[in-house]
Amino acid sequence: MIKRTVEWVDERVGGSHFLHKTLNKVFPDHWSFLFGEIALYAFVVLVATGIFLAYFFNPSLAHTVYNGVYRPLKGVTVSAAYSSAVDLSFSVRAGLVMRQTHHWAALVFIGAIVVHLCRIFFTGAFRKPREINWWIGLTLLVLALFNGFTGYSMLDDLLSGTGLRIAYSIALSIPLVGTWIAFLVFGGEFPSDRIISRLFTTHVLIVPVLIATLIGVHLAFVWRQKHTQFPGPGRTERNVEGTMFWPTYAAKSIGLFFGVSAVLTALGGLAQINPIWLYGPFRPENVTIPAQPDWYLGWTEGALRIFPAWEFRFHGFVIPNPFFPGVLLPGIMFTILYAWPFIDARITGDHSAHHLLERPRDRPGRTALGVAALTFFVVLFLAGSNDLIAKWFLVPVDTITWVFRIGAMVAPFVTGFITFRLMDGYARSGADRFTKVPLAYFLHRSLTNTPHA
Amino acid sequence: MAERKPRSMATRAIGWAFILSFSASVALTVVYALGGQPQIEGAMLFVALGGLGAGLVLWASRLMPQGPHVEERRLTFEEPEELEETEDAFVVGAEQIGRRRFLGRLLGAAAAAFGVALIFPIRSLGTRPGRSLFETSWRTGTRAVTEDGAPVKAAELAVDTILTVFPEGHTDAADSQTLLIKTEPGTFHPRPGREDWSPEDIVAFSKICTHAGCPVGLFQASSNQLFCPCHQSVFFVSDGAVPTKGPATRPLPQLPLSIDADGYVVAQGDFPEPVGPEFWNFGRRP
Repeated sequence: MIKRTVEWVDERVGGSHFLHKTLNKVFPDHWSFLFGEIALYAFVVLVATGIFLAYFFNPSLAHTVYNGVYRPLKGVTVSAAYSSAVDLSFSVRAGLVMRQTHHWAALVFIGAIVVHLCRIFFTGAFRKPREINWWIGLTLLVLALFNGFTGYSMLDDLLSGTGLRIAYSIALSIPLVGTWIAFLVFGGEFPSDRIISRLFTTHVLIVPVLIATLIGVHLAFVWRQKHTQFPGPGRTERNVEGTMFWPTYAAKSIGLFFGVSAVLTALGGLAQINPIWLYGPFRPENVTIPAQPDWYLGWTEGALRIFPAWEFRFHGFVIPNPFFPGVLLPGIMFTILYAWPFIDARITGDHSAHHLLERPRDRPGRTALGVAALTFFVVLFLAGSNDLIAKWFLVPVDTITWVFRIGAMVAPFVTGFITFRLMDGYARSGADRFTKVPLAYFLHRSLTNTPHA
Repeated sequence: MAERKPRSMATRAIGWAFILSFSASVALTVVYALGGQPQIEGAMLFVALGGLGAGLVLWASRLMPQGPHVEERRLTFEEPEELEETEDAFVVGAEQIGRRRFLGRLLGAAAAAFGVALIFPIRSLGTRPGRSLFETSWRTGTRAVTEDGAPVKAAELAVDTILTVFPEGHTDAADSQTLLIKTEPGTFHPRPGREDWSPEDIVAFSKICTHAGCPVGLFQASSNQLFCPCHQSVFFVSDGAVPTKGPATRPLPQLPLSIDADGYVVAQGDFPEPVGPEFWNFGRRP
């Protein structure tokens, strides 16, 4: 049966040579290589559940009186978008599981991308010849963030309306062209009646197609260049050691797909997320309290909250406050990330191609910088919940804000310094496990133990 | 008892994983047929998919060839001569185009002009900002109404309460949402020139935060402060809703009020400055 299929295809389009190479292709094995796959499989779940949801969601702002099964909303005038989102949760069989699985999958998708990015960064996998794939990956992250936001913003519930309001204000804050950008994107002054249908088209068609295409290119690059591997006995720049694609690696990977789907559907069925019926429909004069975005935008939210009340005014022109945390900070962050392969090559002076990975301790400086940057974003993320933290600790919110303002400036240096000393000592000790490093190596920078070659 | 071989243990475990998955799928079908129940659906999906996943991963890692296999990796993809030939082919072609310099320039100009023409569909996406950010729907003599459209009698407002109002006939005008606050007599200090904007100690401020546009929905009467729940800006009502904490940089614009012959709260006119978050040409009213 298999043989006949292979022959049938080969007689028509050829390619059995390519197929043969593919089946025997060797993939290096390491747990840290799985995050990209997890992201890929979360995307598959997103597409599958998303198609289902798209058949029920009505992206329209037409007024309608809610008359579904959710009693507290009966008789309330809401938009068709909001009403259809509530209906597909409660009146469509398996609708709620689909919707919640979709939302959870989005959170996991972006989480896996971020962890995957960290793995690439800390092991130097972005170095020549993989710069192009680093850029494709970053672009995928940007698209994923954007599509996450468009997704939860189009339901026209109170929380998402608040998020859109802030996004509009950030667009408005861009010097020179901000008002035009905001009006072109939203179709007019906020809240325009065009935005929901635009978000829908963007969310279900334009961005997913871009993401799917770029994932294809991303994987084609991995295929062509072959996966990187950690150094080890018998492993060189000129070989790849691991398991063969067929059958072992393929079976494991498909198993991982089912595992990811299992976790996402369990979350979708058991863990409530984005309960829009509790938030209520969007009314421009109402607001949910507290109001936090999905986790992956928490850092921008935090930056908006703790950035001091600064702005620039001259001759009647203004660079408004939200521009700095809302546009400039993400702009700088992504510029550095896109330029990182070049910056790293400049710093290390290493411009040659690599297929063997570096371990985080091999480059204590890079590792320290990465940890410092992550610390900065964690502080911003926490600052995005300064109101909740104030409530939990019974401390004035302004005090919390100041703690985070100082923390965002100081904490990265502290964690960066500690990381540098730990990685540096680890590398000098020559130990093969972090837990086996004698304490003295962390304390005295003069100690070295050249490992046996 | 004889020790079981690890391979047969693995076979058993994998078998059980698939049996569990099979049963969960059957259960899922039954639950669905009976009308569905989200929690059970989630749990059954977990077992159905998780069984498949666990079974496959176990199968792959216990019963399939592990290697390690080694494959050769080529450091460059093409032969050097081939690369040179490709480069040459490009250069030759470019030279052939480059010889017609005048045509090349015309081509560039035509492409650029078309590029400009491509902007027009983008322009169609939105209305012209024009004066819309500088104006709201408040006019001289417009009555303040609640979101249900009911006009507001000055005498009916209780001290230290807030009320969200709109201009009559414009309860959907998001940019016109306004907070009416009946302040305790003597606590409000109007800015110079605005002494007659707060009849009977009733003041009105735009409800849209000047930072990022959220509705400033929280009022603490004891301290006379308005809080924005989005980014924690604080506005001190007594001094004209000036920002005291948080990221906001400018006071909430004040709406000039008066009370008409029937005792209803009306506006003396529009807000003196744009409401909501600032923008590039904020200080340059067209």
